Amino acid sequence: MDTQEEALAVAEPKKTTRVSGSVALLEGLIAEGTETIFGYPGGAIMPIYDAIYDYKEKLNHILVRHEQGATHAAQGFARTSGKVGVVFATSGPGATNLVTGLADAQIDSTPLVCITGQVFAHLLGTDAFQETDVINITTPVTKWNYQVTDANEIPAALAKAFYIARSGRPGPVLIDITKNAQIQLFDYEGYVPCNHIRSYRPKPIIRKTYVEQAAALINEAKKPFILFGQGVLLGNAEQEFKAFVEKSGIPAAWTILGAGAIPTDHPLNVGMLGMHGNYGPNVQTNSCDVLIAVGMRFDDRVTGRLDKYATQAKVIHLDIDPAEIDKNVKADVPVWGDCKETLPLLTSLINEKTHDSWLAEFNAFAKIEEEELIRKELEPASGELTMGEVINQLNILTKGEAVIVSDVGQHQMVACRYGKLNTTRLSVTSGGLGTMGFGLPAAIGAKIGAPHRQVIAVIGDGGFQMTLQELGTIMQFGVNVKILILNNQFLGMVRQWQQLFNDKRYSFVDITSPDFVKLAESYYISGQKVTARETLVQALETMLNHDGSYLLEVMVSKEHNVFPMVPQGCSVSEIRLK
Amino acid sequence: MSNSTEQQEFTITVYTENQIGILNRIAIIFSRRKINIESLNVSPSEIEHIHRFNILITETEEVVRKLARQIEKQVEVLKVYYNTNEDIIWQELALYKVPTETIVEKVVVERLLRENGARAVVIRKDYTVFETTGHRQETDKLIQVLQPYGLIEFVRSARVAIIKDSEGFNSKLREFERMEPGQEVIENEFLDQPKNVFTM
Repeated sequence: MDTQEEALAVAEPKKTTRVSGSVALLEGLIAEGTETIFGYPGGAIMPIYDAIYDYKEKLNHILVRHEQGATHAAQGFARTSGKVGVVFATSGPGATNLVTGLADAQIDSTPLVCITGQVFAHLLGTDAFQETDVINITTPVTKWNYQVTDANEIPAALAKAFYIARSGRPGPVLIDITKNAQIQLFDYEGYVPCNHIRSYRPKPIIRKTYVEQAAALINEAKKPFILFGQGVLLGNAEQEFKAFVEKSGIPAAWTILGAGAIPTDHPLNVGMLGMHGNYGPNVQTNSCDVLIAVGMRFDDRVTGRLDKYATQAKVIHLDIDPAEIDKNVKADVPVWGDCKETLPLLTSLINEKTHDSWLAEFNAFAKIEEEELIRKELEPASGELTMGEVINQLNILTKGEAVIVSDVGQHQMVACRYGKLNTTRLSVTSGGLGTMGFGLPAAIGAKIGAPHRQVIAVIGDGGFQMTLQELGTIMQFGVNVKILILNNQFLGMVRQWQQLFNDKRYSFVDITSPDFVKLAESYYISGQKVTARETLVQALETMLNHDGSYLLEVMVSKEHNVFPMVPQGCSVSEIRLK
Repeated sequence: MSNSTEQQEFTITVYTENQIGILNRIAIIFSRRKINIESLNVSPSEIEHIHRFNILITETEEVVRKLARQIEKQVEVLKVYYNTNEDIIWQELALYKVPTETIVEKVVVERLLRENGARAVVIRKDYTVFETTGHRQETDKLIQVLQPYGLIEFVRSARVAIIKDSEGFNSKLREFERMEPGQEVIENEFLDQPKNVFTM
């Protein structure tokens, strides 16, 4: 110690306040910028709920109708806002109800911080009332989880949770807090955010050599093709990505979670990848010479049969998660790192180019798809209503400015294929896990995350019935979401597979529904049902112009199939238009 | 390194924080792919508060590499290495309980034990416990030998392994250069600076 002054400074005790673990938790949440919590109270989390009673001004708590709904709402919030979604649930059943949402957030890299109450520490392991081993149950579906048994741990545990949830490849984190720790008074030193954990490297170090190798491959390529995924959005790298695409002149196609990273009608956006993606992008995957994958993980729904996937191409893979490199598709050049940093490096090394004749090939495929399929889907002159035409009319009315939340199934593929997105973070859907029931609660969070946008939840008749209790949440908190049910009176996607691959043996896909409009009415939500083409546009306008939430049920063709389709076990280039 | 699509024994060495739950996080990376862990040892390492796992599995290098990356991705894991048997020095410890009577009476047993490098740990009137260390084949061989003489109990520890290359990380990393994101310096820069480290 050099001076006496310094010695004194060290000796001075830190200022502390005596607070409960619960209060420290809420203070920490506020310090992290949390404004909204999606939750449901219960015995083991009561001290936290007692504390939040005094924080009503600072923290907006949305009481969901089921804890699964809380996780999906938090996911929707995270997707549209780019912030961390926060969930509260009690122990036992409250905690186990989070599992589906955690798994969904884990596979789709959505940042969540979930707080669960737990029985008193001295009761752990005794099969106490509403005790469940939530840490072990949620280990496979969380990026990190931690059990707190002492209030002193709460500030640091929360800081670590937020840091882990949002850094690197984001993901869900769970903190389980025993009831005694929630009650316990301790000397709170204030909240210190976490920005480093020694065993955790959120971003790998960028290797210049790989960026240079990638640039060399791109510069020599005659038929380069870009695939982009949610990594672009998660890295907030939309501008960097656009600059890369435009300078390179390379056609780019998206995974469903990458939708909107560049606008739908960007001239170099050639469409959607995968099982129900566009014709050109799937076929051309197997004729390109250099494949540049940005922030995507080569899911099997994107690649189809792996041993026949882009075998002719050199693969450049940009990803923040080293475990994704070579996991499914072998990378010739692995460009590790945050694409917000690697893309500008790459852009600076590539030549400004156009690939007119190569792009024309994509356009030729698009024309075939348009004539043989899309026109019939979007503008059928007669016959039953199609899902495609509903989305098309919606596009015309929303002009690509609305958030489209979709559930899972046929309507999801249609909404993602045809939904018009002018900008990023307008598409919210359950990608990797394919969670039916995701749509309605996710829309609640999506609206809270993007309050100035129109939010439309496009949901099938099956998925809606999985989480329809969240109509209660919409009612109670006046969440202005528009619910668009595309009712084909079937579990459509499974029915489609049973038709195509199981000889039309329709096994338990015939699902009946209640009167959805009346159901909405019972929740004081206005609505109507459309069965004819003539009334569709008017009904959509009514829905969009309605002041507050609205439910529109559209009866669509019962046995309509989603095409194109890459049948399971087939190569992407074997994509079928019918 | 041998053919990456051929199954062989791999010893995976994992450096982790000493944190409750990390064992489970690592174990499920194997069990979700239905891969059996043949032997597992967890012990302190040369660095305080850092634990070292030795995990033995039989798999192809391709799979092991993916497993290693998924393990390393865990927040509380510092570093993962995987090695074939040629790359490591390893030992297992085995204990054998035999009736003392046979040892005393049958000179041949004594000779066999000596040939197999077994040492007596405990000698009681009723039984004697011997120990050997070595590779699986060696410890297995002694079971065969003792079986006819009334082997009462046998137990063998997990494999503990040291990576031969004592400069360790550097040369290994060069070998795996394409596979590993970091450099040794980066990997370990915070180990000796606890002040800069965020702990709970």
